[in-house]
Amino acid sequence: MTRRTPTSEHTIAWLFMAPGLLGLTLFILVPFFLAIVLSFTNTRLGSPLPVEWVGVREYVRLLGDSEFLRAMFNNLLFALVVVPVQTLLALGLAVYLNRPLRGRAVFRTLFFMPVVFPLSLIAVVWILIYSPDANGLMNHVLRVMSLGHWQARDFLHDPLWALPAVMLTSIWQGVGLQMVVLLAALQAIPGELYEAAAIDGARAWQRFRHVTLPQLRNALVFVVIVTTILAFRVFDQVRIMTQGGPENHSATVVFAAVQAAFDRAQVARGMAMSVVFFLVVLAITLVQRKLFKQTRS
Amino acid sequence: MHRKRLWIVLDYLLLSAAALLFIAPVLFMVAGSLKPDARVLSEMDSLRAVLPAQLDWQNYRDVFARIPFGRYLWNSALINGLIVGLGLIVNALAAYALARLQWRGRTLILAGVLALLIIPFEAIAVPLFYQLSALGWRNDYLVQVFPFVANPLAIYLFYSFFLGLPRELEEAARVDGAGILRTFFAIVIPNAKPVFATVAIVTFLLYWGMYLWPLLMTVDDGVRPLPLAIATFYTLPPVQWGDILAFGVMMVLPVLVIFIAFQPWFVRGVATTGIK
Repeated sequence: MTRRTPTSEHTIAWLFMAPGLLGLTLFILVPFFLAIVLSFTNTRLGSPLPVEWVGVREYVRLLGDSEFLRAMFNNLLFALVVVPVQTLLALGLAVYLNRPLRGRAVFRTLFFMPVVFPLSLIAVVWILIYSPDANGLMNHVLRVMSLGHWQARDFLHDPLWALPAVMLTSIWQGVGLQMVVLLAALQAIPGELYEAAAIDGARAWQRFRHVTLPQLRNALVFVVIVTTILAFRVFDQVRIMTQGGPENHSATVVFAAVQAAFDRAQVARGMAMSVVFFLVVLAITLVQRKLFKQTRS
Repeated sequence: MHRKRLWIVLDYLLLSAAALLFIAPVLFMVAGSLKPDARVLSEMDSLRAVLPAQLDWQNYRDVFARIPFGRYLWNSALINGLIVGLGLIVNALAAYALARLQWRGRTLILAGVLALLIIPFEAIAVPLFYQLSALGWRNDYLVQVFPFVANPLAIYLFYSFFLGLPRELEEAARVDGAGILRTFFAIVIPNAKPVFATVAIVTFLLYWGMYLWPLLMTVDDGVRPLPLAIATFYTLPPVQWGDILAFGVMMVLPVLVIFIAFQPWFVRGVATTGIK
């Protein structure tokens, strides 16, 4: 057997690795550490003050910063509403589609279609749907459904409705994605499990409860975690639909970080927000690892 | 028998109602793009919202008159083509080194790449903006391409796939005297088509609609991608809704064609990764 010498394999391996490693270092690792370093300074663009270390000052300020706390709260609320609603809807659609059904591929395509639409376009179309006029599409639908009791309102400029409006748009766009993941997991469940359950006399609900759900556990954990992380990453919709308004009622952490660092030149503050945002995502990921481990044991 | 048929009808009615919720905004967009501006707003409470009385192509002519649409489309195609194309090469090579080759530092680098998976782009967008601006690198095509070529998720997808390939294929090639390069290009790549398709689709979906990064890094229409063009439309008063919707239709049409043509691959790619 003609084996290459280890040295040549070693060299080729590093050549294979080099472009990727260079990219990951320059465009992920370096900015990541830059964010941490700058968040401990007083850096501000165009400021006459010399740059110096100020320790955790920016982080302490964030704790008392009502704008940032509001954004954090909005992200939490977003996750608390969107994650369960979107997951249940996706599960329902997936279960409903997971049976012999003529035209199943067509319906799957339709449910999945919004996923390939750019969020910036979806946001603009939904601005129109949320039109404040009495005959705006959403106002009109709600009036018909409430038998004429609904009072037309300006959803995107209403402190109470701006965030829910953004949530609904996000659910509409994202549910097809989760449905596809869950549908794939459903189709991977061995048919014998259902046959065995049927022989044991299990009814439809019992089969769902004792066969489908346990078999789906990992896929569900995965979907919930991915959606939770996405809920903390929300930016495009907010920037386009509400600009975080009215009065930060729909601002998110990423939106606030971009606004601070980019629109207001408060570099250190924006970096501190980015670091906190990363820590939140890290925490969610660690929870995911833990949940996955439990299934394996 | 009649009962059964009734259930089937109900079944499809229910499915169609659900499907309607998903396509109504899309139909609304298409219908609105074919109407004069005033009617887009005034007809929202009737069936005319999704079914225009007649087809008026004026909005489409307006889009071409107001913005260099072809330019934006070309920018988007070029930027995404480069991200996907270069990404396939760079990430597949790195993943192969991690999965199959013996070298010092492999375990450490592998752990490092996996750790990078959890850093969301939004967390580094702002520092990366400062880093590249400080180098004077802004407002061109490459600044919209290079940061996204090397991708930990793509490396991970390739890596898992290469691990699952039967070793015998490569060993047979090696016995026949093929070097690592020959083995990789002649044996591994032809057997890895599905993962190349998955990675291409996932990266395309991730970056096609990208908004935050070009918003931070570019100022010239000459290099900006489609998703930013829509914002220029929206911020220039008076808001011409018909034009915006016509622009929207033109913007999604190419992706929709690709999506429908490669539908099974899209679904498989997303189902295996859960990532858009």
